[in-house]
Amino acid sequence: MALIGRALLILGLLVCLYGIAASVYGARSGRQDFVVSGRRAVYALAALMTAAFAILEAAFLRSDFSFNVVAAHSSTTTPTFYKGAAVWSSQEGSLLLWVWLLSLWSSLVLVLTRKRVREIVPYATAVLLGFGGFFTSLTVFFANPFGTSATPPPEGAGLDPLLLHPSMMIHPPMLYSGYTLLTIPFAFAIGALITGRLGGDWLAVTRRFALGAWLFLGIGIVLGARWSYTELGWGGYWAWDPVENAALMPWLCATAFIHSIMIQEKRGMLKVWNASLVLSSGVLAILGTFLVRSGILESIHAFGASTLGVPFVTLIAAMVASSVGLVIWRRERLRSEARLDSLLSREAVFLFQNMVLVAMVFVIFWVTFFPLISEAITGTKVSVGPPAFRPFIVPLALVLVALAGIGPIIAWRRVTAANLTRSFSFPVASAALTLTVLLIASDASARPLALAMFVLGAFVLGTVTQELWRGTAARRAMTHDPLPVAFVQLVRRNRRRYGGYIVHAGLAALLIGVAASSSFQHSRDVSLQPGQSARVDGLTIRYVRATASATAQKISFGALLSVSQGRRHLMTLVTSRGYYPAQDASLGPIGRFFNGASDSNVGLSAGAWHDIWTVIHPDLTPLQPLISQGDRVFQSAMAAEASLPAAQARQGLGRLWQFRDIAISEITTRFVTHPWPVEFLLIVSPLVTWIWVGAIIIAIGGLIALWPFPMFAWRRVRAVSRAKRAAPPRVPARETA
Amino acid sequence: MIEFLIVLAILLLVIAFVSAPLRRGGGAHMQAPSSSASQLEELEAAREAKYREIRDAELDHRTGKLSDEDYQAIDGSLRAEAVEILRELDRIGERIPS
Repeated sequence: MALIGRALLILGLLVCLYGIAASVYGARSGRQDFVVSGRRAVYALAALMTAAFAILEAAFLRSDFSFNVVAAHSSTTTPTFYKGAAVWSSQEGSLLLWVWLLSLWSSLVLVLTRKRVREIVPYATAVLLGFGGFFTSLTVFFANPFGTSATPPPEGAGLDPLLLHPSMMIHPPMLYSGYTLLTIPFAFAIGALITGRLGGDWLAVTRRFALGAWLFLGIGIVLGARWSYTELGWGGYWAWDPVENAALMPWLCATAFIHSIMIQEKRGMLKVWNASLVLSSGVLAILGTFLVRSGILESIHAFGASTLGVPFVTLIAAMVASSVGLVIWRRERLRSEARLDSLLSREAVFLFQNMVLVAMVFVIFWVTFFPLISEAITGTKVSVGPPAFRPFIVPLALVLVALAGIGPIIAWRRVTAANLTRSFSFPVASAALTLTVLLIASDASARPLALAMFVLGAFVLGTVTQELWRGTAARRAMTHDPLPVAFVQLVRRNRRRYGGYIVHAGLAALLIGVAASSSFQHSRDVSLQPGQSARVDGLTIRYVRATASATAQKISFGALLSVSQGRRHLMTLVTSRGYYPAQDASLGPIGRFFNGASDSNVGLSAGAWHDIWTVIHPDLTPLQPLISQGDRVFQSAMAAEASLPAAQARQGLGRLWQFRDIAISEITTRFVTHPWPVEFLLIVSPLVTWIWVGAIIIAIGGLIALWPFPMFAWRRVRAVSRAKRAAPPRVPARETA
Repeated sequence: MIEFLIVLAILLLVIAFVSAPLRRGGGAHMQAPSSSASQLEELEAAREAKYREIRDAELDHRTGKLSDEDYQAIDGSLRAEAVEILRELDRIGERIPS
């Protein structure tokens, strides 16, 4: 099957090359048959990549270790769910996933645009196939997922234990969906610029794909943060890691685009800005993929050093050069059709918000790449961490939240002072009340930036509540529906607007959680023996007893912790650290079980007000003499067995492995029976739950704004257009809410 | 050998599928989009956007974000712009053979 898989990749590459040529020729010559043939090349690519991905997936599921990637990233003991997802834990498999998703999304957009933007589509097809060809060629020439070994190992190396987490299995497909979806607006923007068709129609086609990309990227980012919080054992959810930033930058850029696109739709303004944002989002999506794949910046998420740097840099350079060149070439046609009527208008707020978002992207880009820039200039790689981001990002985030509150309550075009006062009264009162309560009843004043975020968050929540209430009331006054019905109808008839408002509410909740948990976190590194306790933020955390377990796949050392407040027992937490056997036999027959990869099992109690987060860092030094002694004993026993005749040696080794398992079990039991001191990280962090709740609210708002999905929207458009053919269009009557 | 035959079959299928439009009788029968059709499409997008703008202005008025005077002025100009788009659509529609 590996041969078929490899042949599918080569066929896919040839199909891409043909499709690019056919699409461009069809567009230049006006030959629609070639255009259609080019479009079919995309569908063929999707079929080929689906088959290739299915072959690789099947190899993982049946633990076929003749496939090199399966042997390196899975094992017979890997749970089936993780076997299925282990495909994208490898460089080769993740590149195949990328091109597979790209081919699926490309096919979807081309099905939906069979009768639309027909001048632009051939060029967009060529660009999409260009991306497809690039990633397929990487799998053909640089990272072959179908490489095989003539002598497959009896057992695979297994999946990196850090990836044995449910969110890690969904996180990569979400991010890749986001990245690949962002190439669609990019491709259509290139097509629009080449043809000079820079009206609103191509924006209407790609808007949902941009929104989909934004949604998927957002979900991927949050799942990554959740994994970091519950799996990595450092107690945080965001480390400003280059790979995290690589996903955040296109997300911020897409956020700016989703807002500014409305100004172009309504006013014909900001055409250069929108084209630049779409093109930048596409470039940043490829840059994000490059950062994960190349290993040029150190990251826990990256695949390590690879040979993919040069092809990626070449692609990014080509994208940037063609984008800049096309925008300059079409600058006359990209002129705005209108001017801002007033600085007190929603379009002005959107513009300001766009500038803040782009400034954030610029800061993140600069600080992320600073180590490379410093190395290029001075020859020394300067490492920068989270403190380098905060002085810029925190104030910008505050302004962003303020604008997320102002935007919904300000009208398009212009507003009067009286309306402004009326619209701002309730949100400002909410913010003022929050400020007063926090100043009186908490120590929030000690952290002014966090306090500002709480107040602005309350302002946004006040804004959204007011808008939902006023909209529902207006709808109810018109239709006399019951309140819940009026509310549902209001949102249903204005999905973009109210979906967006819900996203703003989610953003406020999320950033309140971030501000609270990062500013008011109580954290202690303590060394405890069983029976001892430590106090964190008024809570007493007692190390009750040690726990240990040993299986063929994993040795685990843990602790049972009792959490109490005063004399009241609140909960019991269990934390452990797992050690996975290394494949390296030189670490010793016993030692390799204690020196392989390891992961943390966090003891977590999550609540609406605070999370109690604990992790154990067991010190294995006291066990080391026993491990070394075991290695010596078993090595000499193995040497003695090896000198016997083959049949006897096999039998003897079988017995020896039984003794080895007993020895490992005895060593792990020592951890429980001897009261050695153990290191713990104990954290009490307020409002962390609101980060995840906020993210869920954002996703719900995004889904509302995205609905109906392109397929259903297309059917609806067809139905509407059929109906319109029967009757001439009319300006809508005055009835909306 | 079986694998080779499977690959060959896939190759033939792909060639047949991708080249089907070329084998169906040439490009002369398949109309390329005219500039009028493209203009029509752009205007239809502009019309939908204008309708949405009119609805948004009305919702802004109903929810108290626009005063009566501002709403009358904005709505009037939006409707005039919409009528202009509809006239343009009619003009181009007449040029396109049905």
